[in-house]
Amino acid sequence: MPAIAFRNVAKTYVSPRGVVRALDDVSFDIAQGEFFGLLGPNGAGKTTLISILAGLARATSGSVSVLGHDVVTDYAAARRLLGIVPQELVFDPFFSVREALRIQSGYFGVHGNDAWIDELLAHLGLSDKADANMRQLSGGMKRRVLVAQALVHRPPVIVLDEPTAGVDVELRQTLWQFVARLNKEGHTVLLTTHYLEEAEALCSRIAMLKQGRVVALDRTSALLAGTASTMLRFKLDRPLPPALAAGARVTGRIVQLKAHDAREVESILAVLHAAGCEPEDLEIGRADLEDVFIEIMQGATPPQVAA
Amino acid sequence: MTAPPRISTETGIFAGTRTLLYKEVLRFWKVSFQTVAAPVLTAVLYLLIFGHVLEGRVKVFGEVGYTSFLIPGLVMMSVLQNAFANSSSSLIQSKITGNLVFLLVAPLSHWAWFAAYVGASIVRGVAVGAGVLLVTIWFAPLHLANPLWIVVFTLAGAALMGALGLIAGLWAEKFDQIAAFQNFIIMPMTFLSGVFYSVHSLPPLWRTVSHLNPFFYMIDGFRHGFFGTSDVSPWLSLAVVAVSLAVVCGLCLRLLRIGYKIRH
Repeated sequence: MPAIAFRNVAKTYVSPRGVVRALDDVSFDIAQGEFFGLLGPNGAGKTTLISILAGLARATSGSVSVLGHDVVTDYAAARRLLGIVPQELVFDPFFSVREALRIQSGYFGVHGNDAWIDELLAHLGLSDKADANMRQLSGGMKRRVLVAQALVHRPPVIVLDEPTAGVDVELRQTLWQFVARLNKEGHTVLLTTHYLEEAEALCSRIAMLKQGRVVALDRTSALLAGTASTMLRFKLDRPLPPALAAGARVTGRIVQLKAHDAREVESILAVLHAAGCEPEDLEIGRADLEDVFIEIMQGATPPQVAA
Repeated sequence: MTAPPRISTETGIFAGTRTLLYKEVLRFWKVSFQTVAAPVLTAVLYLLIFGHVLEGRVKVFGEVGYTSFLIPGLVMMSVLQNAFANSSSSLIQSKITGNLVFLLVAPLSHWAWFAAYVGASIVRGVAVGAGVLLVTIWFAPLHLANPLWIVVFTLAGAALMGALGLIAGLWAEKFDQIAAFQNFIIMPMTFLSGVFYSVHSLPPLWRTVSHLNPFFYMIDGFRHGFFGTSDVSPWLSLAVVAVSLAVVCGLCLRLLRIGYKIRH
């Protein structure tokens, strides 16, 4: 039985600008124990899909189940199996950290779990903030509390919706170590993120959404192998010659160009020299998930959907 | 870290209700100066001003003095307004700050939401009502002709207003709309329900209009518990309140079940 099963999920909104198709026939399974990444640009439908899974939104058609429990008809069982870390940094200003965690446990019918709450606080570096009011916490601390709140009822399936947006490096490391450990202990993890290096490092399988449709679904290694191209990276102080600009990824001074073999590298360099450009810090590296992502989002390769 | 089996100790449609009720009570209790003490002071000010100006000038029920008449009206008005304020303000705050998500992802049934929010409204209404009674009881003689009516109308009235507040909280998208609901519907209906006067003193047209106001029956029935006399029979009041309660609760439960304006 899959941990999460999305079956022909569609979601349409009626907005002032007309009918918006946020999700269009999305179907895939996430196996138990997987660390699964859901990627896509803003507006691709990631959060809508997670919202339907969590019961925050309802699908226009199709169904979603968690360990066999439908999220609409058997919502109580489905939600007990899910731990959701929401994207927005929300908190209840009336309560302390410990109160918030006890209350969240109680909503799931779980009482007398202070030992587990203490363990969560310790693992997330929150022990000394247990009795602080939520309002007194920094943004990073509030984010940690959100993670703890999602785990108070020990859900086997954990969903993190862009948990590291706007989070400092230290917390990101703590968070990933913690989540990776939960995954190793058997928890299924579904992650959406904008940081592709995170997805590449953590997720064994990835689905990419674009305009509400699944455009790629495969093992992370297969997706990386699928492009198999090498990248030529260098720094440049002047505009790129027009002949190269089309296929280039430019971040400030850093330019990255796809180059399949030595001949392509040579021809790129020839074009640069002809234009009088002098590339610095020239290096050749393997394509990373970001390159795959850009390629798929630009529609350079046909959608590849593997079971 | 180990992951032992989950330890859910509650099942059924009311699972989680106890915690949500506790959280809702704790929420208003943490700011009790604003949610309990302030409305008690307001009611006392009404009593001092209206009691001073109108005592001996306005005839209400036979031998009952105006200040004595006014006290139960103010108590019930406070119960009703605060029961409404509790559920409506809690829900709109959670919606606007976004922390409603903690409830939405939990396995709480619409029955659990309803029972907890309405329950907390009753607790707040009774707390404020008791506060008003304790402070005002010293200003005029007051009897307890039939305490059972007092209890019945307090609970039914607070539940009705708690459920109405829940509907308003679900419907509203900003604080402004809750304030409008409160100032343009709840306030006029409570003020024009006979808190400050007996409807028998009104011209026939206004008396008829008052009889269309469910708040009138809540106040009148409640007052009957103190004086054993009222503008209409307490049984009629009970019937009107019971029907209103059933309609409002039915609507409220339906909106919660479909996730009206909270599950998109």
